[in-house]
Amino acid sequence: MRKFAAIYRRELMYYFQSVTAYVTISIFLILSGYFFFSIFRYYNLISLQSIQNNTFSGNLNLIDGVIRPLMGNISIILLLLLPLLTMRLLAEEKKLGTFELLLTYPVPDITAVTGKFLSALTVYLIMLSGTFLYPVILMIYSEPEIPPILSCYLGLFLMGCSFISMGLFFSSLTSNQLVAGVATFGLSLFFLVIGWAAPFVGNTTSTILAQFSLLIHFDSFSKGVIDTQDITYYLLLTIFFIFLTLRSLESTRWRN
Amino acid sequence: MIQIKNLSKYYGTTRAVYDLSLEVEKGEVLGFLGPNGAGKTTTMKMLTCYLPPSSGTATIFGFDILNDPMEVRKRIGYLPEKTPLYQEMRVDEYLRFVASVKGMAPPRVKPALGRVIEQCGLEEVHRRSIGKLSKGYQQRVGIAQAIISDPELLILDEPTLGLDPRQIIDIRTMIKNLGRDRTVILSSHILPEVSQVCDRIIIMNQGELVAVDTPDKLRARLKQVSVTRITLRRSDRSRGAREALLEMEGVLMVKEKSSPAQADTLVLQVESRPDRDLREGIAGKLVKEGFPLLEIFHEELSLEDIFIKLVTEEVNR
Repeated sequence: MRKFAAIYRRELMYYFQSVTAYVTISIFLILSGYFFFSIFRYYNLISLQSIQNNTFSGNLNLIDGVIRPLMGNISIILLLLLPLLTMRLLAEEKKLGTFELLLTYPVPDITAVTGKFLSALTVYLIMLSGTFLYPVILMIYSEPEIPPILSCYLGLFLMGCSFISMGLFFSSLTSNQLVAGVATFGLSLFFLVIGWAAPFVGNTTSTILAQFSLLIHFDSFSKGVIDTQDITYYLLLTIFFIFLTLRSLESTRWRN
Repeated sequence: MIQIKNLSKYYGTTRAVYDLSLEVEKGEVLGFLGPNGAGKTTTMKMLTCYLPPSSGTATIFGFDILNDPMEVRKRIGYLPEKTPLYQEMRVDEYLRFVASVKGMAPPRVKPALGRVIEQCGLEEVHRRSIGKLSKGYQQRVGIAQAIISDPELLILDEPTLGLDPRQIIDIRTMIKNLGRDRTVILSSHILPEVSQVCDRIIIMNQGELVAVDTPDKLRARLKQVSVTRITLRRSDRSRGAREALLEMEGVLMVKEKSSPAQADTLVLQVESRPDRDLREGIAGKLVKEGFPLLEIFHEELSLEDIFIKLVTEEVNR
Protein backbone atom coordinates (compact mmCIF):
# COMPACT_ATOMS: atom_id res chain seq x y z
CA MET A 1 0.00 0.00 0.00
CA ARG A 2 2.84 2.35 0.89
CA LYS A 3 4.54 1.48 -2.38
CA PHE A 4 1.35 2.05 -4.30
CA ALA A 5 0.82 5.42 -2.62
CA ALA A 6 4.38 6.48 -3.45
CA ILE A 7 3.98 5.66 -7.13
CA TYR A 8 0.55 7.25 -7.28
CA ARG A 9 1.80 10.42 -5.61
CA ARG A 10 4.82 10.68 -7.88
CA GLU A 11 2.74 10.31 -11.02
CA LEU A 12 0.24 12.87 -9.83
CA MET A 13 3.05 15.24 -8.90
CA TYR A 14 4.47 14.83 -12.37
CA TYR A 15 1.15 15.78 -13.95
CA PHE A 16 0.89 18.91 -11.87
CA GLN A 17 4.55 19.91 -11.82
CA SER A 18 4.84 19.75 -15.55
CA VAL A 19 2.19 21.75 -17.34
CA THR A 20 0.52 18.61 -18.70
CA ALA A 21 -2.39 18.52 -16.27
CA TYR A 22 -3.06 22.25 -16.37
CA VAL A 23 -3.03 22.44 -20.15
CA THR A 24 -5.21 19.36 -20.59
CA ILE A 25 -7.70 20.42 -17.92
CA SER A 26 -8.00 23.99 -19.18
CA ILE A 27 -8.38 23.03 -22.82
CA PHE A 28 -10.98 20.46 -21.84
CA LEU A 29 -12.94 23.00 -19.81
CA ILE A 30 -12.71 25.72 -22.46
CA LEU A 31 -14.00 23.36 -25.15
CA SER A 32 -16.73 21.80 -23.04
CA GLY A 33 -17.73 25.28 -21.85
CA TYR A 34 -18.05 26.41 -25.44
CA PHE A 35 -20.15 23.36 -26.28
CA PHE A 36 -22.36 23.96 -23.26
CA PHE A 37 -22.81 27.59 -24.24
CA SER A 38 -23.80 26.87 -27.83
CA ILE A 39 -26.05 23.92 -26.97
CA PHE A 40 -27.74 25.88 -24.23
CA ARG A 41 -28.29 28.88 -26.49
CA TYR A 42 -29.68 26.65 -29.21
CA TYR A 43 -32.03 25.04 -26.71
CA ASN A 44 -33.11 28.54 -25.68
CA LEU A 45 -33.89 29.43 -29.26
CA ILE A 46 -35.92 26.29 -29.83
CA SER A 47 -37.83 26.91 -26.60
CA LEU A 48 -38.69 30.43 -27.70
CA GLN A 49 -39.84 29.24 -31.08
CA SER A 50 -41.99 26.53 -29.55
CA ILE A 51 -43.65 29.07 -27.30
CA GLN A 52 -44.46 31.14 -30.38
CA ASN A 53 -45.92 28.49 -32.65
CA ASN A 54 -46.75 25.68 -30.26
CA THR A 55 -45.92 22.93 -32.77
CA PHE A 56 -43.36 20.73 -31.03
CA SER A 57 -43.38 21.83 -27.46
CA GLY A 58 -44.28 18.36 -26.17
CA ASN A 59 -40.88 16.67 -25.84
CA LEU A 60 -38.74 19.62 -24.94
CA ASN A 61 -36.72 19.06 -21.74
CA LEU A 62 -33.28 19.95 -20.43
CA ILE A 63 -31.99 16.40 -20.28
CA ASP A 64 -32.69 15.59 -23.92
CA GLY A 65 -32.06 19.10 -25.14
CA VAL A 66 -28.89 20.04 -23.27
CA ILE A 67 -27.35 17.34 -21.09
CA ARG A 68 -27.39 14.48 -23.59
CA PRO A 69 -25.86 16.38 -26.52
CA LEU A 70 -23.37 17.98 -24.13
CA MET A 71 -22.25 14.64 -22.72
CA GLY A 72 -21.96 13.28 -26.24
CA ASN A 73 -19.68 16.16 -27.16
CA ILE A 74 -17.65 15.77 -23.98
CA SER A 75 -17.04 12.12 -24.79
CA ILE A 76 -15.53 13.23 -28.12
CA ILE A 77 -13.24 15.75 -26.41
CA LEU A 78 -12.18 12.98 -24.06
CA LEU A 79 -11.38 10.81 -26.99
CA LEU A 80 -8.93 13.44 -28.18
CA LEU A 81 -7.47 14.51 -24.85
CA LEU A 82 -7.19 11.37 -22.74
CA PRO A 83 -4.63 9.69 -25.02
CA LEU A 84 -2.43 12.76 -24.48
CA LEU A 85 -2.74 12.25 -20.76
CA THR A 86 -1.96 8.54 -20.81
CA MET A 87 0.64 8.25 -23.55
CA ARG A 88 3.56 9.13 -21.31
CA LEU A 89 2.65 6.84 -18.40
CA LEU A 90 4.95 3.95 -19.28
CA ALA A 91 6.48 4.98 -22.61
CA GLU A 92 8.43 7.86 -21.11
CA GLU A 93 9.84 5.79 -18.28
CA LYS A 94 10.80 3.08 -20.71
CA LYS A 95 12.64 5.58 -22.85
CA LEU A 96 14.48 7.17 -19.93
CA GLY A 97 15.35 3.80 -18.41
CA THR A 98 13.75 4.70 -15.10
CA PHE A 99 11.29 1.88 -15.58
CA GLU A 100 14.10 -0.66 -15.46
CA LEU A 101 15.15 0.74 -12.11
CA LEU A 102 11.56 0.73 -10.86
CA LEU A 103 11.26 -2.94 -11.77
CA THR A 104 14.32 -3.81 -9.71
CA TYR A 105 12.68 -2.35 -6.61
CA PRO A 106 10.57 -4.77 -4.61
CA VAL A 107 7.39 -3.59 -6.35
CA PRO A 108 5.00 -5.98 -8.09
CA ASP A 109 4.13 -4.88 -11.64
CA ILE A 110 0.49 -4.58 -10.70
CA THR A 111 1.26 -1.98 -8.03
CA ALA A 112 3.16 0.16 -10.51
CA VAL A 113 0.49 -0.21 -13.19
CA THR A 114 -2.50 0.50 -10.95
CA GLY A 115 -0.67 3.44 -9.37
CA LYS A 116 -0.20 4.94 -12.80
CA PHE A 117 -3.74 4.12 -13.87
CA LEU A 118 -5.26 5.78 -10.82
CA SER A 119 -3.09 8.87 -11.16
CA ALA A 120 -4.37 9.44 -14.70
CA LEU A 121 -7.88 8.68 -13.50
CA THR A 122 -7.50 11.30 -10.77
CA VAL A 123 -6.50 13.96 -13.29
CA TYR A 124 -9.48 12.92 -15.37
CA LEU A 125 -11.84 13.21 -12.40
CA ILE A 126 -10.53 16.68 -11.59
CA MET A 127 -11.09 17.57 -15.22
CA LEU A 128 -14.62 16.17 -15.16
CA SER A 129 -15.51 17.84 -11.87
CA GLY A 130 -15.02 21.21 -13.59
CA THR A 131 -18.04 20.46 -15.73
CA PHE A 132 -20.34 20.20 -12.67
CA LEU A 133 -20.74 23.90 -13.18
CA TYR A 134 -22.97 23.36 -16.23
CA PRO A 135 -25.75 21.42 -14.49
CA VAL A 136 -25.52 23.95 -11.66
CA ILE A 137 -26.14 26.76 -14.18
CA LEU A 138 -29.11 24.79 -15.50
CA MET A 139 -30.44 24.45 -11.97
CA ILE A 140 -30.24 28.19 -11.45
CA TYR A 141 -32.45 28.93 -14.46
CA SER A 142 -34.62 25.86 -14.52
CA GLU A 143 -35.36 22.55 -12.85
CA PRO A 144 -33.57 19.75 -14.64
CA GLU A 145 -34.00 16.18 -13.39
CA ILE A 146 -31.01 15.29 -11.23
CA PRO A 147 -30.83 11.45 -11.55
CA PRO A 148 -30.19 11.37 -15.33
CA ILE A 149 -27.44 13.94 -14.88
CA LEU A 150 -25.78 11.72 -12.29
CA SER A 151 -26.10 8.64 -14.47
CA CYS A 152 -24.50 10.60 -17.33
CA TYR A 153 -21.54 11.36 -15.10
CA LEU A 154 -21.30 7.72 -14.08
CA GLY A 155 -21.21 6.87 -17.78
CA LEU A 156 -18.50 9.42 -18.50
CA PHE A 157 -16.48 8.18 -15.55
CA LEU A 158 -16.66 4.58 -16.76
CA MET A 159 -15.89 5.57 -20.34
CA GLY A 160 -12.86 7.52 -19.10
CA CYS A 161 -11.67 4.43 -17.21
CA SER A 162 -11.70 2.38 -20.39
CA PHE A 163 -9.93 5.09 -22.43
CA ILE A 164 -7.25 5.40 -19.76
CA SER A 165 -6.68 1.66 -19.54
CA MET A 166 -6.32 1.50 -23.34
CA GLY A 167 -3.85 4.37 -23.16
CA LEU A 168 -1.90 2.61 -20.45
CA PHE A 169 -1.75 -0.54 -22.53
CA PHE A 170 -0.41 1.22 -25.63
CA SER A 171 2.04 3.12 -23.49
CA SER A 172 3.41 -0.20 -22.26
CA LEU A 173 4.01 -1.42 -25.80
CA THR A 174 6.38 1.28 -26.95
CA SER A 175 8.94 3.76 -25.72
CA ASN A 176 7.64 6.32 -28.19
CA GLN A 177 4.96 8.50 -26.62
CA LEU A 178 3.54 9.66 -29.92
CA VAL A 179 3.00 6.11 -31.13
CA ALA A 180 1.27 5.28 -27.86
CA GLY A 181 -0.97 8.34 -28.16
CA VAL A 182 -1.96 7.79 -31.77
CA ALA A 183 -2.66 4.10 -31.21
CA THR A 184 -4.82 4.88 -28.17
CA PHE A 185 -6.74 7.47 -30.13
CA GLY A 186 -7.27 5.04 -32.99
CA LEU A 187 -8.49 2.20 -30.83
CA SER A 188 -10.77 4.32 -28.67
CA LEU A 189 -12.31 5.92 -31.75
CA PHE A 190 -12.82 2.48 -33.22
CA PHE A 191 -14.53 1.26 -30.06
CA LEU A 192 -16.68 4.36 -30.12
CA VAL A 193 -17.95 3.90 -33.67
CA ILE A 194 -17.82 0.11 -33.97
CA GLY A 195 -21.62 0.04 -33.65
CA TRP A 196 -22.09 2.07 -36.83
CA ALA A 197 -21.49 -1.03 -38.88
CA ALA A 198 -24.21 -2.93 -37.01
CA PRO A 199 -27.12 -2.12 -39.36
CA PHE A 200 -25.26 -3.41 -42.40
CA VAL A 201 -24.26 -6.86 -41.21
CA GLY A 202 -26.09 -10.05 -40.31
CA ASN A 203 -28.18 -10.34 -37.18
CA THR A 204 -25.69 -12.09 -34.95
CA THR A 205 -22.74 -9.96 -36.00
CA SER A 206 -24.87 -6.90 -35.58
CA THR A 207 -25.62 -7.77 -31.95
CA ILE A 208 -21.97 -8.49 -31.29
CA LEU A 209 -20.82 -5.21 -32.81
CA ALA A 210 -23.42 -3.26 -30.89
CA GLN A 211 -22.33 -4.94 -27.67
CA PHE A 212 -18.76 -3.83 -28.29
CA SER A 213 -19.67 -0.21 -28.90
CA LEU A 214 -18.68 2.35 -26.31
CA LEU A 215 -21.35 4.69 -27.65
CA ILE A 216 -24.28 2.30 -27.45
CA HIS A 217 -23.46 1.42 -23.84
CA PHE A 218 -23.11 5.08 -23.05
CA ASP A 219 -26.51 5.78 -24.54
CA SER A 220 -28.46 4.17 -21.73
CA PHE A 221 -26.51 6.15 -19.13
CA SER A 222 -27.40 9.37 -20.92
CA LYS A 223 -31.05 8.36 -20.87
CA GLY A 224 -30.82 7.98 -17.12
CA VAL A 225 -30.77 4.20 -17.18
CA ILE A 226 -28.15 2.48 -15.04
CA ASP A 227 -27.91 -1.02 -16.38
CA THR A 228 -25.52 -3.54 -14.84
CA GLN A 229 -24.83 -4.77 -18.35
CA ASP A 230 -23.34 -1.38 -19.30
CA ILE A 231 -21.39 -1.05 -16.08
CA THR A 232 -20.02 -4.56 -16.55
CA TYR A 233 -19.05 -3.73 -20.12
CA TYR A 234 -16.95 -0.72 -19.14
CA LEU A 235 -15.40 -2.41 -16.13
CA LEU A 236 -14.51 -5.49 -18.16
CA LEU A 237 -12.96 -3.35 -20.88
CA THR A 238 -10.89 -1.49 -18.30
CA ILE A 239 -9.77 -4.62 -16.47
CA PHE A 240 -9.01 -6.34 -19.75
CA PHE A 241 -6.63 -3.60 -20.87
CA ILE A 242 -4.97 -3.38 -17.47
CA PHE A 243 -4.49 -7.12 -17.68
CA LEU A 244 -3.00 -6.75 -21.17
CA THR A 245 -0.66 -4.07 -19.83
CA LEU A 246 0.62 -6.45 -17.16
CA ARG A 247 1.10 -9.19 -19.75
CA SER A 248 2.89 -6.79 -22.07
CA LEU A 249 5.31 -5.73 -19.32
CA GLU A 250 6.05 -9.33 -18.54
CA SER A 251 6.60 -10.22 -22.16
CA THR A 252 8.95 -7.25 -22.69
CA ARG A 253 11.10 -8.72 -19.96
CA TRP A 254 11.24 -12.16 -21.49
CA ARG A 255 11.77 -10.85 -24.99
CA ASN A 256 14.63 -8.56 -24.07
CA MET B 1 26.24 -15.59 -0.07
CA ILE B 2 25.71 -15.24 -3.78
CA GLN B 3 25.85 -18.30 -5.96
CA ILE B 4 25.62 -18.03 -9.71
CA LYS B 5 25.00 -21.39 -11.32
CA ASN B 6 25.47 -21.97 -15.06
CA LEU B 7 23.82 -18.67 -15.89
CA SER B 8 23.23 -18.10 -19.62
CA LYS B 9 21.38 -15.43 -21.53
CA TYR B 10 20.58 -15.27 -25.22
CA TYR B 11 19.05 -12.30 -27.01
CA GLY B 12 17.45 -14.15 -29.88
CA THR B 13 20.37 -16.12 -31.23
CA THR B 14 22.99 -13.74 -29.89
CA ARG B 15 24.82 -15.09 -26.90
CA ALA B 16 25.20 -12.46 -24.21
CA VAL B 17 26.23 -14.59 -21.23
CA TYR B 18 27.23 -18.22 -21.44
CA ASP B 19 27.41 -20.74 -18.62
CA LEU B 20 28.59 -18.37 -15.91
CA SER B 21 29.20 -19.94 -12.52
CA LEU B 22 30.53 -18.01 -9.59
CA GLU B 23 30.39 -17.58 -5.85
CA VAL B 24 30.62 -14.27 -4.07
CA GLU B 25 31.40 -14.06 -0.37
CA LYS B 26 29.69 -11.72 2.04
CA GLY B 27 31.44 -8.36 2.35
CA GLU B 28 33.42 -8.79 -0.82
CA VAL B 29 33.88 -6.08 -3.44
CA LEU B 30 33.77 -7.81 -6.78
CA GLY B 31 34.59 -6.24 -10.11
CA PHE B 32 33.36 -7.37 -13.49
CA LEU B 33 35.92 -6.42 -16.08
CA GLY B 34 35.63 -6.82 -19.80
CA PRO B 35 35.30 -4.98 -23.08
CA ASN B 36 31.94 -3.59 -24.15
CA GLY B 37 29.55 -6.39 -25.00
CA ALA B 38 31.29 -8.88 -22.72
CA GLY B 39 28.05 -9.61 -20.86
CA LYS B 40 28.68 -7.61 -17.69
CA THR B 41 25.49 -5.54 -17.86
CA THR B 42 23.38 -8.55 -18.82
CA THR B 43 24.72 -10.50 -15.85
CA MET B 44 23.86 -7.62 -13.53
CA LYS B 45 20.38 -7.27 -15.00
CA MET B 46 19.79 -10.93 -14.31
CA LEU B 47 21.04 -10.65 -10.73
CA THR B 48 18.67 -7.73 -10.10
CA CYS B 49 15.76 -9.86 -11.40
CA TYR B 50 15.12 -7.44 -14.24
CA LEU B 51 15.92 -9.95 -16.97
CA PRO B 52 15.13 -13.61 -16.59
CA PRO B 53 18.04 -15.88 -17.54
CA SER B 54 17.71 -18.19 -20.57
CA SER B 55 19.08 -21.01 -18.46
CA GLY B 56 20.78 -21.51 -15.13
CA THR B 57 19.98 -19.47 -12.06
CA ALA B 58 21.47 -17.59 -9.14
CA THR B 59 20.69 -17.44 -5.46
CA ILE B 60 21.27 -14.26 -3.54
CA PHE B 61 21.31 -14.56 0.25
CA GLY B 62 19.57 -17.89 -0.18
CA PHE B 63 16.79 -16.56 -2.41
CA ASP B 64 16.48 -17.71 -5.98
CA ILE B 65 16.26 -14.93 -8.58
CA LEU B 66 13.53 -16.81 -10.45
CA ASN B 67 11.44 -18.11 -7.57
CA ASP B 68 11.78 -15.32 -5.01
CA PRO B 69 12.45 -12.14 -7.00
CA MET B 70 10.72 -9.91 -4.42
CA GLU B 71 12.91 -11.22 -1.60
CA VAL B 72 16.01 -10.70 -3.73
CA ARG B 73 14.98 -7.18 -4.71
CA LYS B 74 14.43 -6.23 -1.08
CA ARG B 75 18.07 -6.98 -0.38
CA ILE B 76 19.78 -5.29 -3.30
CA GLY B 77 20.51 -1.77 -4.39
CA TYR B 78 21.10 -1.28 -8.10
CA LEU B 79 22.45 1.52 -10.22
CA PRO B 80 22.02 0.91 -13.96
CA GLU B 81 24.55 2.09 -16.49
CA LYS B 82 22.93 5.30 -17.69
CA THR B 83 21.81 6.53 -14.26
CA PRO B 84 18.10 6.83 -15.06
CA LEU B 85 16.56 9.34 -12.66
CA TYR B 86 13.34 11.35 -12.65
CA GLN B 87 14.79 14.61 -13.89
CA GLU B 88 11.89 16.79 -12.79
CA MET B 89 11.99 15.71 -9.14
CA ARG B 90 13.98 17.29 -6.37
CA VAL B 91 16.80 15.19 -4.91
CA ASP B 92 15.17 14.78 -1.49
CA GLU B 93 11.74 14.22 -3.01
CA TYR B 94 13.18 11.55 -5.26
CA LEU B 95 15.03 9.77 -2.47
CA ARG B 96 11.90 9.82 -0.31
CA PHE B 97 9.97 8.34 -3.21
CA VAL B 98 12.53 5.57 -3.65
CA ALA B 99 12.48 4.82 0.08
CA SER B 100 8.69 4.41 0.08
CA VAL B 101 8.67 2.36 -3.11
CA LYS B 102 11.25 0.08 -1.54
CA GLY B 103 8.76 -0.38 1.26
CA MET B 104 10.56 1.45 4.07
CA ALA B 105 8.34 2.42 7.00
CA PRO B 106 7.81 6.22 7.28
CA PRO B 107 9.71 6.59 10.59
CA ARG B 108 12.78 5.00 8.99
CA VAL B 109 12.76 7.24 5.92
CA LYS B 110 13.92 10.47 7.49
CA PRO B 111 17.06 9.14 9.21
CA ALA B 112 17.89 7.10 6.09
CA LEU B 113 17.56 10.22 3.97
CA GLY B 114 19.94 12.13 6.25
CA ARG B 115 22.40 9.25 6.17
CA VAL B 116 22.56 8.90 2.38
CA ILE B 117 22.72 12.65 1.82
CA GLU B 118 25.78 12.69 4.04
CA GLN B 119 27.32 9.50 2.65
CA CYS B 120 26.96 10.64 -0.94
CA GLY B 121 27.91 14.25 -0.33
CA LEU B 122 24.57 15.70 -1.41
CA GLU B 123 24.23 18.29 1.39
CA GLU B 124 24.48 21.25 -0.97
CA VAL B 125 22.15 20.03 -3.66
CA HIS B 126 19.44 17.99 -1.94
CA ARG B 127 16.79 20.64 -2.48
CA ARG B 128 17.56 21.15 -6.17
CA SER B 129 15.87 19.35 -9.00
CA ILE B 130 17.81 16.41 -10.40
CA GLY B 131 17.74 17.58 -14.01
CA LYS B 132 19.75 20.66 -13.09
CA LEU B 133 22.60 18.78 -11.42
CA SER B 134 25.95 17.96 -13.02
CA LYS B 135 26.64 14.42 -14.19
CA GLY B 136 28.81 13.81 -11.15
CA TYR B 137 26.08 14.79 -8.72
CA GLN B 138 23.49 12.81 -10.67
CA GLN B 139 25.73 9.79 -10.27
CA ARG B 140 25.82 10.40 -6.52
CA VAL B 141 22.03 10.62 -6.46
CA GLY B 142 22.01 7.33 -8.37
CA ILE B 143 24.18 5.72 -5.72
CA ALA B 144 22.09 7.31 -2.98
CA GLN B 145 18.90 5.72 -4.33
CA ALA B 146 20.68 2.36 -4.41
CA ILE B 147 21.81 2.50 -0.77
CA ILE B 148 18.86 4.26 0.85
CA SER B 149 17.31 1.03 2.09
CA ASP B 150 20.71 -0.08 3.37
CA PRO B 151 20.84 -3.17 1.13
CA GLU B 152 23.18 -6.06 1.83
CA LEU B 153 24.20 -6.22 -1.82
CA LEU B 154 25.01 -3.28 -4.03
CA ILE B 155 25.17 -3.69 -7.80
CA LEU B 156 26.70 -0.80 -9.72
CA ASP B 157 26.95 -0.88 -13.49
CA GLU B 158 29.83 1.26 -14.77
CA PRO B 159 29.55 3.71 -11.88
CA THR B 160 32.28 6.02 -13.16
CA LEU B 161 31.35 6.14 -16.83
CA GLY B 162 31.28 9.64 -18.27
CA LEU B 163 32.66 11.42 -15.22
CA ASP B 164 35.67 13.70 -15.06
CA PRO B 165 38.83 12.47 -13.28
CA ARG B 166 38.05 14.35 -10.08
CA GLN B 167 34.53 12.90 -9.91
CA ILE B 168 35.88 9.44 -10.70
CA ILE B 169 38.15 9.61 -7.67
CA ASP B 170 35.24 10.75 -5.48
CA ILE B 171 32.99 7.95 -6.63
CA ARG B 172 35.75 5.35 -6.18
CA THR B 173 36.35 6.52 -2.63
CA MET B 174 32.63 6.33 -1.98
CA ILE B 175 32.45 2.78 -3.31
CA LYS B 176 35.40 1.75 -1.17
CA ASN B 177 33.66 3.11 1.93
CA LEU B 178 30.41 1.44 1.00
CA GLY B 179 32.21 -1.86 0.50
CA ARG B 180 33.36 -1.95 4.12
CA ASP B 181 30.13 -3.36 5.49
CA ARG B 182 28.33 -4.84 2.50
CA THR B 183 28.84 -6.86 -0.65
CA VAL B 184 29.42 -4.79 -3.78
CA ILE B 185 29.41 -5.96 -7.38
CA LEU B 186 30.52 -3.37 -9.89
CA SER B 187 31.44 -3.45 -13.54
CA SER B 188 33.96 -1.51 -15.52
CA HIS B 189 36.02 -1.76 -18.63
CA ILE B 190 38.94 0.00 -17.01
CA LEU B 191 41.44 -2.29 -15.31
CA PRO B 192 43.12 0.18 -12.93
CA GLU B 193 39.71 1.13 -11.60
CA VAL B 194 38.68 -2.36 -10.60
CA SER B 195 42.11 -3.25 -9.35
CA GLN B 196 42.00 -0.24 -7.01
CA VAL B 197 38.54 -0.79 -5.65
CA CYS B 198 37.90 -4.53 -5.78
CA ASP B 199 38.95 -7.51 -3.70
CA ARG B 200 38.42 -9.83 -6.61
CA ILE B 201 38.18 -9.35 -10.36
CA ILE B 202 36.18 -11.31 -12.87
CA ILE B 203 37.30 -10.96 -16.44
CA MET B 204 34.59 -11.64 -18.99
CA ASN B 205 34.81 -11.73 -22.73
CA GLN B 206 32.05 -12.49 -25.23
CA GLY B 207 29.76 -13.69 -22.49
CA GLU B 208 32.23 -16.11 -20.97
CA LEU B 209 34.17 -16.01 -17.78
CA VAL B 210 37.85 -15.76 -18.63
CA ALA B 211 39.44 -15.45 -15.21
CA VAL B 212 38.62 -14.85 -11.56
CA ASP B 213 41.26 -13.77 -9.10
CA THR B 214 42.52 -11.05 -6.80
CA PRO B 215 43.93 -8.04 -8.63
CA ASP B 216 47.49 -8.79 -7.52
CA LYS B 217 47.47 -12.42 -8.52
CA LEU B 218 45.81 -11.58 -11.79
CA ARG B 219 48.33 -8.92 -12.57
CA ALA B 220 51.17 -11.27 -11.75
CA ARG B 221 49.70 -13.95 -13.93
CA LEU B 222 49.15 -11.55 -16.77
CA LYS B 223 52.54 -9.99 -16.70
CA GLN B 224 54.66 -13.06 -16.37
CA VAL B 225 53.47 -15.28 -19.12
CA SER B 226 53.55 -15.31 -22.86
CA VAL B 227 52.02 -18.36 -24.46
CA THR B 228 53.11 -20.16 -27.63
CA ARG B 229 51.14 -23.13 -28.86
CA ILE B 230 52.93 -25.87 -30.79
CA THR B 231 51.37 -28.77 -32.65
CA LEU B 232 53.45 -31.84 -33.53
CA ARG B 233 52.50 -35.01 -35.34
CA ARG B 234 52.29 -37.73 -32.69
CA SER B 235 54.79 -40.43 -33.54
CA ASP B 236 58.03 -41.95 -32.23
CA ARG B 237 59.83 -38.88 -33.36
CA SER B 238 57.68 -36.53 -31.27
CA ARG B 239 58.71 -38.18 -28.04
CA GLY B 240 60.95 -36.01 -25.90
CA ALA B 241 59.76 -32.76 -27.44
CA ARG B 242 58.50 -31.47 -24.10
CA GLU B 243 61.86 -32.08 -22.45
CA ALA B 244 63.68 -30.49 -25.36
CA LEU B 245 61.57 -27.35 -25.07
CA LEU B 246 62.04 -27.14 -21.31
CA GLU B 247 65.79 -27.02 -21.84
CA MET B 248 65.46 -23.81 -23.83
CA GLU B 249 66.40 -20.56 -22.22
CA GLY B 250 63.42 -18.38 -21.29
CA VAL B 251 60.90 -21.20 -21.19
CA LEU B 252 59.03 -21.28 -17.87
CA MET B 253 56.67 -24.16 -18.33
CA VAL B 254 55.48 -26.57 -20.98
CA LYS B 255 51.98 -28.04 -20.66
CA GLU B 256 50.51 -30.76 -22.79
CA LYS B 257 47.15 -29.62 -24.23
CA SER B 258 46.38 -32.44 -26.66
CA SER B 259 42.72 -33.15 -27.22
CA PRO B 260 41.55 -36.76 -27.17
CA ALA B 261 39.62 -36.12 -30.39
CA GLN B 262 42.82 -35.71 -32.33
CA ALA B 263 44.92 -38.66 -31.34
CA ASP B 264 47.48 -38.12 -34.05
CA THR B 265 48.66 -34.73 -32.88
CA LEU B 266 50.55 -33.59 -29.82
CA VAL B 267 49.79 -30.05 -28.65
CA LEU B 268 52.18 -28.30 -26.31
CA GLN B 269 51.67 -24.95 -24.67
CA VAL B 270 54.91 -23.15 -23.92
CA GLU B 271 54.83 -20.39 -21.33
CA SER B 272 57.71 -17.99 -21.43
CA ARG B 273 58.63 -14.57 -20.14
CA PRO B 274 56.52 -11.94 -21.85
CA ASP B 275 59.42 -9.83 -23.02
CA ARG B 276 60.85 -12.54 -25.25
CA ASP B 277 59.42 -13.92 -28.45
CA LEU B 278 60.56 -17.52 -28.59
CA ARG B 279 58.77 -18.59 -31.75
CA GLU B 280 61.82 -18.42 -33.98
CA GLY B 281 64.03 -20.24 -31.48
CA ILE B 282 61.43 -22.93 -30.83
CA ALA B 283 60.82 -23.56 -34.52
CA GLY B 284 64.53 -23.71 -35.24
CA LYS B 285 65.24 -26.09 -32.42
CA LEU B 286 62.38 -28.44 -33.19
CA VAL B 287 63.22 -28.65 -36.86
CA LYS B 288 66.92 -29.08 -36.19
CA GLU B 289 66.31 -31.91 -33.78
CA GLY B 290 63.94 -33.61 -36.20
CA PHE B 291 60.60 -33.24 -34.40
CA PRO B 292 57.57 -33.43 -36.75
CA LEU B 293 56.44 -29.81 -36.36
CA LEU B 294 53.02 -28.99 -37.84
CA GLU B 295 52.08 -25.62 -36.41
CA ILE B 296 53.39 -22.92 -34.17
CA PHE B 297 51.56 -19.83 -33.11
CA HIS B 298 51.40 -17.19 -30.48
CA GLU B 299 48.25 -17.77 -28.39
CA GLU B 300 45.53 -15.31 -29.30
CA LEU B 301 42.70 -14.13 -27.04
CA SER B 302 44.63 -15.00 -23.96
CA LEU B 303 44.11 -13.14 -20.74
CA GLU B 304 46.94 -10.96 -21.75
CA ASP B 305 45.35 -9.92 -25.00
CA ILE B 306 42.15 -8.96 -23.26
CA PHE B 307 44.15 -7.21 -20.64
CA ILE B 308 46.09 -5.25 -23.23
CA LYS B 309 42.90 -4.34 -25.01
CA LEU B 310 41.49 -2.99 -21.77
CA VAL B 311 44.62 -1.15 -20.83
CA THR B 312 44.81 0.45 -24.27
CA GLU B 313 41.28 1.67 -23.79
CA GLU B 314 42.31 3.25 -20.53
CA VAL B 315 45.37 4.89 -22.14
CA ASN B 316 43.29 6.28 -24.98
CA ARG B 317 40.73 7.89 -22.72
